[in-house]
Amino acid sequence: MLEFRKDLFADERDDNLNVIGKGEQRQDMLGHVTGRTRFFDDHGFDGLLHLKVVRSPHHHARIRSIDVTAAERAPGVKRVIRGQDVPLNKNTLLSLIDFGKDDEPTLAVDKVRYKGEPIVAIIADSEAEALAAVKLVRVSYDPLPTVFDVQEALKPGAVVVNETYPGNYFEYHDKYDHQKLRFGDVEAAFRTADHVLEERYQMSPIEHASTETNGTIAAPETNNRYVVHSCAQGLFFSLGTTAKILALESNRLHFIGGTVGGGFGGKVDSLTEPLAVLGAILTGRPVRYVLGREEEMQFASPRGAERHVIKDGVMRDGRIVARQITSYFDAGAYTRLTSYGVVKCVAHMPGPYTIPNVRGDAYCVFTNRVPATAMRGFGVTGVDFSIEVQMDKLAHLVGIDPMEFRILNAYRDGDMKAHRRVAHNTALIECVQVVAEKVNWPLSETARRASSLSGGGGPRAAIPPTVTDESGRIGRPETRQAPPQLTPGAAPLPAHQPRPAVPVYQPPPAHQPAAALPNYPAQPADAAPLPAPAPPVPNAPAPPQHGAARFSSVFTRRR
Amino acid sequence: MARMPVQFRLNGSDRAVFVEPAETLLGTIRRGLGDFAPKFGCGQGTCGVCTVLVDGEPRLGCLTLSVTCEGRSIETASGLADGPTLHPLQAAFMEHFAAQCGFCTPGMLMAAKALLDRNPNPTRVEVVEAIAGNVCRCTGYEPIINAILAAAQQRGARRA
Ligand code: FES
Ligand code: FES
Repeated sequence: MLEFRKDLFADERDDNLNVIGKGEQRQDMLGHVTGRTRFFDDHGFDGLLHLKVVRSPHHHARIRSIDVTAAERAPGVKRVIRGQDVPLNKNTLLSLIDFGKDDEPTLAVDKVRYKGEPIVAIIADSEAEALAAVKLVRVSYDPLPTVFDVQEALKPGAVVVNETYPGNYFEYHDKYDHQKLRFGDVEAAFRTADHVLEERYQMSPIEHASTETNGTIAAPETNNRYVVHSCAQGLFFSLGTTAKILALESNRLHFIGGTVGGGFGGKVDSLTEPLAVLGAILTGRPVRYVLGREEEMQFASPRGAERHVIKDGVMRDGRIVARQITSYFDAGAYTRLTSYGVVKCVAHMPGPYTIPNVRGDAYCVFTNRVPATAMRGFGVTGVDFSIEVQMDKLAHLVGIDPMEFRILNAYRDGDMKAHRRVAHNTALIECVQVVAEKVNWPLSETARRASSLSGGGGPRAAIPPTVTDESGRIGRPETRQAPPQLTPGAAPLPAHQPRPAVPVYQPPPAHQPAAALPNYPAQPADAAPLPAPAPPVPNAPAPPQHGAARFSSVFTRRR
Repeated sequence: MARMPVQFRLNGSDRAVFVEPAETLLGTIRRGLGDFAPKFGCGQGTCGVCTVLVDGEPRLGCLTLSVTCEGRSIETASGLADGPTLHPLQAAFMEHFAAQCGFCTPGMLMAAKALLDRNPNPTRVEVVEAIAGNVCRCTGYEPIINAILAAAQQRGARRA
């Protein structure tokens, strides 16, 4: 049964919401069951042409020459498109919100950076003729060394994947090699913690595998406009991207979509729209560009791989006193949306827990893999999974029931989060309590009585004296200890200089596999009373809270 | 190669069309005849979104040559409803939230119809088997299975 705990959000909204718990029919359902829903490919056009691309067989190679003469003469071929035919053959998706540098060509010209990168597009009367002509394009390559591991890619001297970012890392606000979070002093806290646990978590890339593959049909319309039937999840995002790449006024593009045959994040990259529209412009005919299933699975962007290294300091009574996380996001060869996922990751690093000392570092790294993109909570899912596995291990380490361990460390209303924002409407404690009740998981009396609404704030609202990094950039000015110096991550990167070394995590030499988690025996209700909920916070005077304004997101440029 | 004439019945109407010798039934139905209900998901027989009925039997449109359908009766999801009246499977899919993006739905419905037409009272296992060739990436299948079972029950109740 669904319960809506309005008491927890009483001050949030006063309207009377009354839909939860009732059945409501979706407006698009009738179309789905009658087969009338029109997906992008469900549109008939006379004289429809088909577009297919030549893809790189190499993970990394210089292109020496491209010979399309045989393909141009092949039966049914109407047009061959090359990189120089694309008006603006370099783009990055988030440039529409002024975030990041253009780094990805629509069709590769001088170099390929991942296996499957498009180089030439062929437009023909039929799909079969387009595919046959693709095989006739002769590209000669000089293969280059490759890098597939995020930490290898950050080492000095590593192969440069994407020349726009010669350090193999995305440059935040043109200055910073990664995203940082600093709160308190983790090193000092590790020294006084009863236990320190360091673990490494590796996520694989995941393909969205929607049943409908990516695709677009574009056709000339009246008034010198083009109609574009698109699979895009963000239709206007795709419109803006296409307009930019083709240097067209956006009002010449009439995008139709919204019916997405499964997206999950895999249809935000405008993989097919720009070329289909360019094809329609160059041929004056409707052009359909649809990825085949193999193309979709191998070369359309997946959720990228992530690596999280988490080091926690915990006291015998269960309080987590320090958390240090280093995260590496594998963007593949181009930025697409990974830079944004990293920002989201940093926002989740402490988890929903009040930890007085937090240090986070997250890198968006370029490798010779297929460029990654959004997928269902990307940036968050991997780090949250890692944190929660780590929480189970910590609970085991100190011998506390994992549910109680979470209640003990959960943030409460009024607590200061490591991002220097005060926690409001926290409800983790209540969630854990409800889950425990539903699955008959015995909780101690103290844990059952705990509440997000009490026990927070006070000393837990303080911003601790924060260790600054080498340049003194993070933390309040009055807590800066070191004079600013030029160091990686802080100073503007000199153009085309040997890049500064990025500190790279080295796994501890003898890495012990974590012991299997025990089965937690049912506990009598009073077995493990929780200690007082307030973790000690270094007693710094709570200054006027001004940190939040400095929090950078992708939508505000750093001053 | 020369195009070849083919005649078959599509959702109750006689249709005649010229096809390439290697043209698939899916291509003919969609781009040749304009019925876009059956979908293309893989073109290699792995996803089932192209499922149509040929003489009542479920067939993968992407692996069936149009020239082999001469004189046959083809059914797609477009022909399921009787005018404004939904087929019990369609009503049950709506009721049980058995579609999210809806891309697998036309194929699912046809696989389910083939099952109920020959086995009006299937077990859960039989339903699972009947849609085993149909991939759905959104729903997790449970609502689809429940909808098919509910449609069977409802039809049974009507017959009784
Ligand atoms: S399109 Fe026919 S089985 Fe996938
Ligand atoms: S509803 Fe999306 S694939 Fe089934």
